[in-house]
Amino acid sequence: MNDKARLPVGQEAVEKFGWLRAHRFLILRRLSQLFFLSLFLLGPWFGIWWVKGNLSGSLTFGILPLTDPFITVQSMVAGHWPELTALIGAVIVAVAYALIGGRVYCSWVCPINPVTDAAHWAHEKLGMQKGWQPKRGTRLWVLAMVLAVSALTGTIAWEFVNPISMLHRGLIFGMGFAWTFVVAVFLFDVFLSRRGWCGHLCPVGAFYGLLGAKSLLRVSAANRAACDDCMDCFAVCPEMHVITPALRGKDGDTPIILSHDCTNCGRCIDVCAMDVFAFTHRFDATPAPARDDRARSKPTPGASRAA
Amino acid sequence: MSAAKRINSPIDRRRFLKDSARGLAGCAVAGMGLAWLISDARALPAEALRPPGALPEDDFLAACIRCGLCVRDCPYDTLKLAELGEDGPATGTPFFTARDVPCEMCDDIPCVAACPTGALDKGLTNIDDARMGTAVLVDEEHCLNALGLRCDVCYRVCPVIDEAITLELQHNPRSGHHAIFMPTVHADACTGCGKCEKSCVLPEAAIKVLPARLARAEAAEHYRLGWEEKEKAGGPLVEGITDLPDRLPGPGTDNLETPGGFEPAFKVPGARP
Ligand code: SF4
Ligand code: SF4
Ligand code: SF4
Ligand code: SF4
Repeated sequence: MNDKARLPVGQEAVEKFGWLRAHRFLILRRLSQLFFLSLFLLGPWFGIWWVKGNLSGSLTFGILPLTDPFITVQSMVAGHWPELTALIGAVIVAVAYALIGGRVYCSWVCPINPVTDAAHWAHEKLGMQKGWQPKRGTRLWVLAMVLAVSALTGTIAWEFVNPISMLHRGLIFGMGFAWTFVVAVFLFDVFLSRRGWCGHLCPVGAFYGLLGAKSLLRVSAANRAACDDCMDCFAVCPEMHVITPALRGKDGDTPIILSHDCTNCGRCIDVCAMDVFAFTHRFDATPAPARDDRARSKPTPGASRAA
Repeated sequence: MSAAKRINSPIDRRRFLKDSARGLAGCAVAGMGLAWLISDARALPAEALRPPGALPEDDFLAACIRCGLCVRDCPYDTLKLAELGEDGPATGTPFFTARDVPCEMCDDIPCVAACPTGALDKGLTNIDDARMGTAVLVDEEHCLNALGLRCDVCYRVCPVIDEAITLELQHNPRSGHHAIFMPTVHADACTGCGKCEKSCVLPEAAIKVLPARLARAEAAEHYRLGWEEKEKAGGPLVEGITDLPDRLPGPGTDNLETPGGFEPAFKVPGARP
């Protein structure tokens, strides 16, 4: 491990490129999250009805229907064949995310993401232990469970507890006690499980991940030869296991992060002082040689400590 | 690394199986919790009415994605999405409370038009066919009309006046010589809009819209009403039955059909005529 790994995450990039550049995707992401939320709030707050509805289903400019494909699938499994409007909306959303990366929903749109990011920040500040770290496939089990319960109860099962809808609909239509679900997710992530909700359990994220499994937009460790093992990318990545195969790959291995768990948040691009990462498309075949002096030891111990 | 590559030794295989069993068990427990929560949350309180055209409650929860587009397009702010812990229906589903804001029965039914999923059935094209519930005069002891006064408000406001609700004349036994104009709901025409409940002048409405499951009885499958069957058949159902003259009350009663009445064959000795 490198001495730089002991520096605060991103410090080198800040010194080298300035604070703004070292946070550009984070800032863009927050703006994007704010943008999507504001679109929905323009109506109820200012009477500007460009967008009606919420993330589960909406109508934009009175013409463009959008529907959450995961909710649509649950509805079908529960035994209801939705009307054409909802189906068209679901297809539009599904195709969009299949192209730009399913979990772009997570890092650029989902209103729970700022909550779990804040929880992670608090978790680090408090120096908490990792806590419960379920296996990587757990969220797929949760996803299967949600579909099974939908089928058995004949309802859109996840909507009874989904913290995303609780928060988003709550802000737009009235909250009631729905905030308790959001607080629960926050506390869970701070005290019980590092990156527990979005990183291990949320079936919505799992669904969108599968949806974008073959997405065009990807992050690539194109300049991996320049990596100096500072470990900052592992520290900021909400799904750090996705980095290893690309960054530590040998010459012949693709530098592109192909895991569908990657949320395309771009934080690795931000914090890397060596400019290793960049957004690209999945078929980018530019050769990316591995670092020649790469010690072939397992990188994981350093990675997990840094994160 | 693919899963197939990872499972190459018996130890790995055992670990894989153990992990899978864990995942399965964990999800089974979580799933049961979720299913229990759902069964608890799906009970619809009696005073919460679904929008016009809503599918039966069981189908509704499979269809409604809780987007609130129906709420947005209701011009009278009748509809509301249920809030967790404050309203009774499943969180986020649309409903209205008749006593707060009733449904104004819009001709173009914008709420149904707005619904993207079909949770509000587009088959409903005439708002008079909506069946959001059924009005019931629940308290004849307080209803002013039932007490013999002329309030009539519920009757006057009904959008389907004289079909869904009528005033039925009855004798007023208290005064002995007045009429009672009893508000009477006819379920085959009542849409359940709740205008009557909303406008009932009493502090607590005497007429209320209830879900059909509470408001209506159901006749047993095998019941037949003789007079209806007779009319359908155009004559008596069993041939050769002699219809004997009905025995009418005796003299001295107000038997209008046979004044003087039926003369009994046996006279009680000493009885007055
Ligand atoms: S994992 Fe779930 S809660 Fe987290 S950002 Fe993605 S969709 Fe939202
Ligand atoms: S019919 Fe009109 S008033 Fe009644 S719920 Fe629909 S939009 Fe609202
Ligand atoms: S518009 Fe339809 S799907 Fe949306 S909340 Fe209303 S009933 Fe449910
Ligand atoms: S609910 Fe009342 S006002 Fe509405 S149709 Fe029925 S009787 Fe008439």
